[in-house]
Amino acid sequence: MEKKLTEGIVGRGNQDGAKLFKQWFELLNQTAETNGLAAYVFVMGSMAEILQVFNLPMVFPEINSLQTAVRRVAHEYLNEAEDYGYSPDICGYVKADVALQLRGGNHPMGRIPKPALAVLTNACNTYIKWGEIWERMYGIPVFVLDVPGSRQGGLLTFSGDVSFENDRRYVEAQIRELITLCEEVTGKKFDIDRLREVQGYANTMNRSWKRILELNQSRPSLFNALTDGTIYLGVFNGFRGLKEGAEYFQDLQEEMEYKAANGIGTLTDEKYRLVFAGVPCYPIFRRFNELFTNWGGTFVNSTYLWFASGGGNRGYEYDLDRPIESLAEGVLLSVRDAMNSMFHQNLALEEIIDSYDIDGVIFNPIKSCRTVSTGLADGRRALMASRGISSLFIESDMMDRRVVSEAQLKNRIDAFFEGLAARKQRELTTA
Amino acid sequence: MAYAAGVDVGSTQTKATIINEAGEIVSRSLTDTGSNVVHAAEAAFQEALESVKLREEEVEYIVGTGYGRYRVTFGNTQVTEISCHARGAVHMFPQTRTVLDMGGQDTKAIRIGSSGEILDFCMNDKCAAGTGRFLGAASSALEIPLDELGPTALQSSKPVKISTTCTVFAESEVISWVGKGKKIEDILWGVHQSIASRSVGLMRRVGIEEEVSFTGGVAKNIGMITALEEKLELKLNVSDESHYMGALGAALFALDSILKTRVPAGHLEKQQ
Repeated sequence: MEKKLTEGIVGRGNQDGAKLFKQWFELLNQTAETNGLAAYVFVMGSMAEILQVFNLPMVFPEINSLQTAVRRVAHEYLNEAEDYGYSPDICGYVKADVALQLRGGNHPMGRIPKPALAVLTNACNTYIKWGEIWERMYGIPVFVLDVPGSRQGGLLTFSGDVSFENDRRYVEAQIRELITLCEEVTGKKFDIDRLREVQGYANTMNRSWKRILELNQSRPSLFNALTDGTIYLGVFNGFRGLKEGAEYFQDLQEEMEYKAANGIGTLTDEKYRLVFAGVPCYPIFRRFNELFTNWGGTFVNSTYLWFASGGGNRGYEYDLDRPIESLAEGVLLSVRDAMNSMFHQNLALEEIIDSYDIDGVIFNPIKSCRTVSTGLADGRRALMASRGISSLFIESDMMDRRVVSEAQLKNRIDAFFEGLAARKQRELTTA
Repeated sequence: MAYAAGVDVGSTQTKATIINEAGEIVSRSLTDTGSNVVHAAEAAFQEALESVKLREEEVEYIVGTGYGRYRVTFGNTQVTEISCHARGAVHMFPQTRTVLDMGGQDTKAIRIGSSGEILDFCMNDKCAAGTGRFLGAASSALEIPLDELGPTALQSSKPVKISTTCTVFAESEVISWVGKGKKIEDILWGVHQSIASRSVGLMRRVGIEEEVSFTGGVAKNIGMITALEEKLELKLNVSDESHYMGALGAALFALDSILKTRVPAGHLEKQQ
């Protein structure tokens, strides 16, 4: 029985993740073909818990766009949007989505339905301008959830003071407005018991996600935060609040517990444990990672896994006895945490460095995202002063191959590892 | 006597340096890289050998560096030019704490620790602004040979302000100043100042600490040395070897590999 349980467990998360992804896009394709309703949402504050109550399929334009880069067709979409009049300086995710809309939803993974409504937060300022594009294109309602950010730099977001309660009530009032809007758009009545059910699944996902991230403190590390982690993130967002999502993360946690117990690492010879700050370089996704793994370096965590899971890394669990109040608290804490993980990345990185036995930090500011990239240089300087850790500053893009120079990246990465090797050698000599 | 060699295949020129066991330079050579990178590496190495009548087999270990380091097919291993320039600069000027390497397409600022280790480094963005190529564009626009740019610029009394740092636009801006009747030396000094400003900005990103060593092909340009020294308000370490610093560093890494494999004298006797 035990043997049967563990058979095929290693790598299951990646395989099942790919299957769920396919399933998700099949649903979107079917929705598009039948002119069904769909909600456009974002990874930081998707409000999946409410949308799932109304059975609204969720479209994540950020994920659609990055998929075009991973599938090496992003340039076609970017060029089309630029030909239409969008500047090369505008966010690559936005431009790929604009081209997708101009193509009638035609995407490499299937057809994407038009939005019936869009839900966005203030976590990224581009979200708001992006939503306005759909508003103009389709005349749909765009709901902007205003989530108050941190009143001070830092990650201490779990607070019970008066201003926190005011913020929570502010978010709760907006959630109630969103419920009314969803009732209008779908013609369905809100069901609080269904919300509890959805929140229960979300709780399981949050709990497991937090544990999975912690498990990667193991040596050797169990999964690559850049490559494997991105698959997990996709499921975390796309299946949030669904039974399949909860089961997937329970299985994934089981896989990681098993790998930890049996010392099964992501690399056969893990020499350097790295943390990644920024957004992945999707146009050369696998190759980018190889530039590090070829030296025995692996990413054990990343700020991306924090903010692109909408702060899910904190593992907040809803109180099902007060679902809406608790949802407001969870959204406030998680989205605020996601913002902190972007705007105060050095603090998030310090937390990771202190618990994951990190050898080096890779900063990857990207050309077309100011929200994530601004401040990375300062954050790096602060981190070097506070932790004295080796770090590398490279530049690429999450979508645009034209501003990704592999030769320059390789040169810097190779020099970084030469320095790391020399540092390790010196430490051995002086030990 | 064993010898070690470093071959630095840069975007514009390829350099080879041979050193002896004491780390002394015995030979060096320089050739244009051109389109055949493998050939350029071989030609530079052969020229360095021939100039001191060394045979290939007398060179025990060869390290390739520069963008074409993987095309040094006869080399034993590869090391990036960032590590090599730092190593070469510290060898020539042991008190070096900051290195500015300005080559044909790259400018690098490197911070060095007290034991010669690299603390941090920074390179120009994905364009050739603020690199040797910028000077190349000015040279071409004004039809003045590269090696005369610096001395001509130093004759300036009223430099123009070059606003672009883009190498592509530099040529048109230079031409526009010519059209406005500005003196060649004033335009050229403006070009040097513009590059120096950008380079100092790069150095500030890693932190400037004395002594500062200037390496790479542009270190031959007296105008650039002067412009940088004025901006930094300090004296730069520059030598005839500055252009070859990457190859020298590579040769020193090669020498490390040779010495690592040597059994210390008397070691075997002691064991017996």
